[in-house]
Amino acid sequence: MVDMSQTAVLLAPEIVLFAASMLVAVLGLSRSTGTRSLVPWVCVAALVASILALDAVWTPERIQGANLLFPMLGKYGKALIALIGIGLVAVSAGSIDRRYEEAVARGRASFDALRVVRGEYYAFLLLSLTGAMLVMSAPDLIWLFLGLELVSLPTYIMVAVARTGRRSMEAAMKYFFLGALATAVTLYGFAMLYGATGTMQLISMRDLLAEQAAGPGLSATALLGTILTVLGLCFKLAAVPMHFYAPDVYEGAPLPVTAFLSFTPKIAGFSALVTVLGTVGWSGHAMVDHDGIRIAYQGLPQPITAVLWMVAVLTMLLGNIGGILQTSLKRTLAYSSIANSGYMLVGVIIGPQGGIGAMYLFMLAYGVMTVATFAVLATLERKGEEVDSFESLSGLRSSHPVLAFLLTVSALSLLGVPPLFGALAKIVLVFVAFEGGQASLAAVLLLNTAIGAVYYLRFVGAAVVNPPNAKSQDVVAVPHWWPKAAAVVAGVGIIVLPAFLSRLVDASATTVDGYIDLGEAVVSDADDRPSTSTTD
Amino acid sequence: MGDLDLVAGSELNMNLIWASILIPVATAAVIAVASARAARSLAALGSLASLGALVAFAWQFPAWSTGAIFPEPCGCAWLESINATLGVGFDSVSLLLALLEAFLIPICVIGSWTAISERQREYYGWFMLLHASILLAFAARDVLLFYVGYEFTLVPLLFIIAIWGGPERRQAAQKLFLYTFLGSLFFLGSILFVGWQHHASTGLWSWDMATLSTFASVRLPANTQFWLFAALLAGFAVKIPLFPVHTWLPLAHTQAPTAGSVILAGTLLKLGTYGVFRLALPMAPEGGAALAVLASVLCTVAVVYAALICWVQTDAKKLVAYSSVSHLGICMLGLFALNPVGAQGSVLYMINHGLSTGALFLLVGMAYERYHVKDMDQIGGLAKRMPVWAFFMVFFTMSSIGLPGLNGFVGEYLCLFGTYIATGDASTGYPGLLGPGFALVAATGLVLGAMYMLLLVGRYVFGPLREPKDATHGKHGHHGHGEDHGDLTGREVGLLVPLALVCLFIGVYPKPMLQAIGPVVERTLAPYPAAVERALKSQPHAAEAAQAEPKEDDRG
Repeated sequence: MVDMSQTAVLLAPEIVLFAASMLVAVLGLSRSTGTRSLVPWVCVAALVASILALDAVWTPERIQGANLLFPMLGKYGKALIALIGIGLVAVSAGSIDRRYEEAVARGRASFDALRVVRGEYYAFLLLSLTGAMLVMSAPDLIWLFLGLELVSLPTYIMVAVARTGRRSMEAAMKYFFLGALATAVTLYGFAMLYGATGTMQLISMRDLLAEQAAGPGLSATALLGTILTVLGLCFKLAAVPMHFYAPDVYEGAPLPVTAFLSFTPKIAGFSALVTVLGTVGWSGHAMVDHDGIRIAYQGLPQPITAVLWMVAVLTMLLGNIGGILQTSLKRTLAYSSIANSGYMLVGVIIGPQGGIGAMYLFMLAYGVMTVATFAVLATLERKGEEVDSFESLSGLRSSHPVLAFLLTVSALSLLGVPPLFGALAKIVLVFVAFEGGQASLAAVLLLNTAIGAVYYLRFVGAAVVNPPNAKSQDVVAVPHWWPKAAAVVAGVGIIVLPAFLSRLVDASATTVDGYIDLGEAVVSDADDRPSTSTTD
Repeated sequence: MGDLDLVAGSELNMNLIWASILIPVATAAVIAVASARAARSLAALGSLASLGALVAFAWQFPAWSTGAIFPEPCGCAWLESINATLGVGFDSVSLLLALLEAFLIPICVIGSWTAISERQREYYGWFMLLHASILLAFAARDVLLFYVGYEFTLVPLLFIIAIWGGPERRQAAQKLFLYTFLGSLFFLGSILFVGWQHHASTGLWSWDMATLSTFASVRLPANTQFWLFAALLAGFAVKIPLFPVHTWLPLAHTQAPTAGSVILAGTLLKLGTYGVFRLALPMAPEGGAALAVLASVLCTVAVVYAALICWVQTDAKKLVAYSSVSHLGICMLGLFALNPVGAQGSVLYMINHGLSTGALFLLVGMAYERYHVKDMDQIGGLAKRMPVWAFFMVFFTMSSIGLPGLNGFVGEYLCLFGTYIATGDASTGYPGLLGPGFALVAATGLVLGAMYMLLLVGRYVFGPLREPKDATHGKHGHHGHGEDHGDLTGREVGLLVPLALVCLFIGVYPKPMLQAIGPVVERTLAPYPAAVERALKSQPHAAEAAQAEPKEDDRG
């Protein structure tokens, strides 16, 4: 049985964040400007505290009782969420409600508790991060589903919260309805998985599916359930075929929310994907050849591999080709986000033998690059509006040399120029694709890196090469240091982190520590069934 | 020299290599915070210091005549889980190319002294980073490290062309970046594949060039080697550039600032030829033997086709750029002769081409700086204005077309001779696949080369004086000394004299260079006689095998 008190201890990071989100919601309504300005600090403090709590509670003894399919996933994953979360808070701070706060501070507007958005914005941000963390410690499907919903519901509101106009509203509506549709698909998949196995527990499910695989092969219900879940989760990843919302929503949402959307739902979606695929397993499946002989092979069951393969290839291609066609910065970054999901899917297809570790390493790189890029863009504004065209960035070098340098670094890293972090993380992905016998996926990934170079170069060209023009002369930096600090730290990270690549590769490889794949589960079934799997 | 000396000296030598690579990086960092006025002096100092470190290393280099790698690559791991290291070391070929690079960089920096007046700090900073990454690529003994250096060169070059280039600089820079970036991904994919294969069959990780070459050439089946060589060649062909993928180069050359063209022709293109020599040929001899004829056809097409284009050029810089394509075709042809004569000539040609084409770009740039015109319809007969410039122009033209007594001749002759003797006859020890036919076609390219280069000299240097009318107005704002169309300054002569001396030395006394190149070439080509024999034998059998295969399928 699951020991609830132990589980509660394990959830210390989530509890810290949840408590902080409640605190922030109240602080943000305070009449005093000083108190309200504490809000981002509280968020950062809570995120740091959650990392410390994670370090203290996530010990091998404690996770024993927690019944997790991927027991060590939470350690790396939650720390990653909190770390990038700090960057996302910094990107938001100083831009999300700056106009109103300035007006209040100068006495041009009176404080109105109904108009101020600071409290609710940061509370929802923390809640969404809490949801992403919860996904990583889900022992069963219901928990997993609730975690995923907790990621999404706050983001629906965050898209609309800045009330910048009809676009923001349109984006929020689109995001909400399409998100609800995708959730329904995921839920249908979960229901079919339950129907196929009769259990919600992920570990029991893995064992039952292992028996099926060892015997008659996976049932059609189980396969269909998994595929539907994958397709539903594609919405969170912004992957084909659920990617259509991304450009519109990314464009309509306020810039810091766009940054948030391109990371948090993605890491939650990938963690959920890994967890659900973990019940099916990357080994021990049999294929019946045309003589009727069963041949065991490595990798996910063939129909699932086929679906994921198509999803990955189409996501990479549509993301990168779509990116070339854009003129808006945020739409370009939306397509970049789609393309990067495609790269990471390659790691998921390869599985625990290096693939998932490489995926989480790339996730770290992607998070750092996302923070760096969006922090630079969040620092700039033109006539009180966000900058959203390449012309506005033109000649950034002469007005803001440091920002131009940081934008160049992150764009080149996204493009894949060694020795920057993004390039090395991508090389690791290509590498595990070769190792996992998916040479064609490795080739597609490399080809797409070349296609993506076209639009990433536009950032570099605009910021460093082009002279200032009429449009970019009005671009100024916001008076807040939060996004600037985030840009500097993340930009330096892109340059410096490659020196620690060895350690980061090892750390990201720990995400699959303790995971027993289906094939191994069948073997261990024969001699000694693990005690943790007998739940009921 | 005793072994103990070697061990004690090895660490010092390793430090000298890293010093030559890291001094430019440190210089770039200093330039970033220094004043704009000091930038060019700092860059000159940094590049000379880097040259000094490398010369000091070359002075002690014990392996000039053995072809060995020195110092032994260290095991300093960079990515422990796959045993990627920071191994650097030189053999005589890579050291010569690195010396060429370190020699050209101060010339580029001092050559930009007056040409670059805007954004000087950035310009010299990027140049220093370009220098460091090229040196890193030549010094690397670890393929992943080589990839890092090779690929990173694109970034500084992108900026140097896109910011300080001619009117179409943006398109030129973008085309250059996208072409070569795509090419290098082929190369990246190939080396990751080989590394993975090495791990799969030996259980060990290694990215050491020598280890991987031995492994791939011995253990990979012929069919795999074919595709490996094809992918590596596809990757490097863009950089060299070979015939169908050369289109980015003339544009890049014409739009780049003078120093950018010098370094592009001088050493950046050599990264491609060096890549074929260092990685593609040793890793996949079966593939090399199978594809040598196809690659040589592309080379000869490039030689003749680019020469014909040169003939109708009126833009002086474009003419030199296309001549570069033509010359590198001959260089690669020598390599694909697959015998030591041709390969020795090819390596020597890499160095010669860097010297003479680099000098020609420098000279065209000097004239451009005075007149802001490169079109020979508008400008010509400059010998009357600038006799010293004219002397050097003629000198380096002669060097470029291979006048005996100058450097170009030796390499060119060896390349063609190597091609000529590369017949199926095994009596030389090195059977080849090319033969007199290829040598003959390539030699017509040389004749054409002499014609268009002399045409260039005839119109551009001699003949009636033609000057653009508006040149005296000084469009680019060089008020003061920029307008006078006087002869070369002391600084400019000082740049050209060392180049000319080296050209003359190699031309008169090429023996030490050839002796240094020889052992490395022989080592590289060691697996080729056997592979070529197999390729020669298998040609008739290949058809039979192709017919046999479907039959087997039918049975199954």
